Amino acid sequence: MTDNASALQLLLSGDPELFAIVRLSLQVSLSAVLFATLIGLPTGAFLALVRFAGREPIIVVLNALMGLPPVVAGLAIFLLLSRSGPLGGLGLLFTPQAMVVAQTLLVTPIIAALARQTIEDLWVEYRDELAAMDVGPLRRIATLIWDARFSLVTALLAGWGRAAAEVGAIIIVGGNIQGFTRTMTTAIALETSKGDLPLAIGLGMILMSIVILINALAWLARRAGERYAG
Amino acid sequence: MHAAAADLPVMFNRVTIVAGGATILQDITLTLDCGPPTILIGPNGSGKTTMLRAAMGLIPATRGRITWGGRGASAPTRRAIMFQRPAMLRRSVTGNVRFALAAAGVPRDKRETRSAELLAEVGLTGLERRPARRLSGGEQQRLALARALARDPALLILDEPTASLDPAATKAIEDIVRTVTARGVKVVMSTHDLNQARRLAGDIVLLHRGRLIEAGRAQDFFAAPRTPEARRFIAGDLLV
Repeated sequence: MTDNASALQLLLSGDPELFAIVRLSLQVSLSAVLFATLIGLPTGAFLALVRFAGREPIIVVLNALMGLPPVVAGLAIFLLLSRSGPLGGLGLLFTPQAMVVAQTLLVTPIIAALARQTIEDLWVEYRDELAAMDVGPLRRIATLIWDARFSLVTALLAGWGRAAAEVGAIIIVGGNIQGFTRTMTTAIALETSKGDLPLAIGLGMILMSIVILINALAWLARRAGERYAG
Repeated sequence: MHAAAADLPVMFNRVTIVAGGATILQDITLTLDCGPPTILIGPNGSGKTTMLRAAMGLIPATRGRITWGGRGASAPTRRAIMFQRPAMLRRSVTGNVRFALAAAGVPRDKRETRSAELLAEVGLTGLERRPARRLSGGEQQRLALARALARDPALLILDEPTASLDPAATKAIEDIVRTVTARGVKVVMSTHDLNQARRLAGDIVLLHRGRLIEAGRAQDFFAAPRTPEARRFIAGDLLV
């Protein structure tokens, strides 16, 4: 990738390095959202439906963690995965896997907190009906998640938006290694610091286009679903 | 038809219900058994909704005992309730009924036919694919009734089923009440509308401030009320 070429030109010419950067960005952020969903959705549902001592402080902390600074998340995972850290033996530092772990840490509170609020609101509405129909706990959770699915998609998008946009966490644990851990956001940070503004702007435009495209598809899916299910 | 009406009779034996420090129902003794509808009347806050929820088994008695067919707390297999403001599941009309059928344990291969029968019974044929939350108020009440009937109840509890409905929608609900009563389903419902009570009731229960003021056959209640509260209520005076 030459410094003088604009990202758009590289994109149009099918530059393999640029495609690798875009692909890695999507792989890391979407993997993080997948793992954060697997952890955050059941956590949100549990907090919405089960009353126990200490529940409310946990919700406050969870809500606060939505604003977790990416550099702090990156630092925490760096300490965990560094050679002298508890998981240093895994050799994950400066790999895409480490970037997924860091972004999962960032995204999980967003999905869990928004899911908790969404499911709890629906639970207040459904509680009597589900009790009257003698619906058991597991089916209750499944029903609430299914019926809240359109709102939950927004929670997933918010999480993905966070992952796709952040640079602080992945640059610490990934290292921005060319051809290995370089993503759109870390490349933009690097190119800007090098003064290659056209390339940075071009990458920014590609990133924004992908974000808008995915949000538009989710919006259309939501509209279609609501027309059918309300 | 409902020979195995295991949930009947519902017996309230000196039932008191306290919630949030307030006594909602006080020392209620009453038996609800097979037969024509029992209608609960009384002003706002008299305890009608609490009594219906207790009869459904959704609220436990603080003191006293409620039994269904002689048994204590039991799963509501043969009883169903329609709330005053029923929540519509975020699904289609038929999706709502199928959910209720699944919850009632109806096998998957029978749900489609049964759902169509229930929607026909409540007059919602043709609206199967519509999102339930986009129905009118009257249609939502009828869908809630179809969901309740999906449980094939021996005891059907209706909390103000026609509040805020227009006369046509009210008549549709009342016709369904008559139809299911003729099939042997015991209907217990509350209403603010004395004329509706006259039209539908076999028995009347008058509640006031959480106490059972008078209970008996509807024609006796309206012809010769025994208590001053009942006389005032029938005369249209405000019971406060």
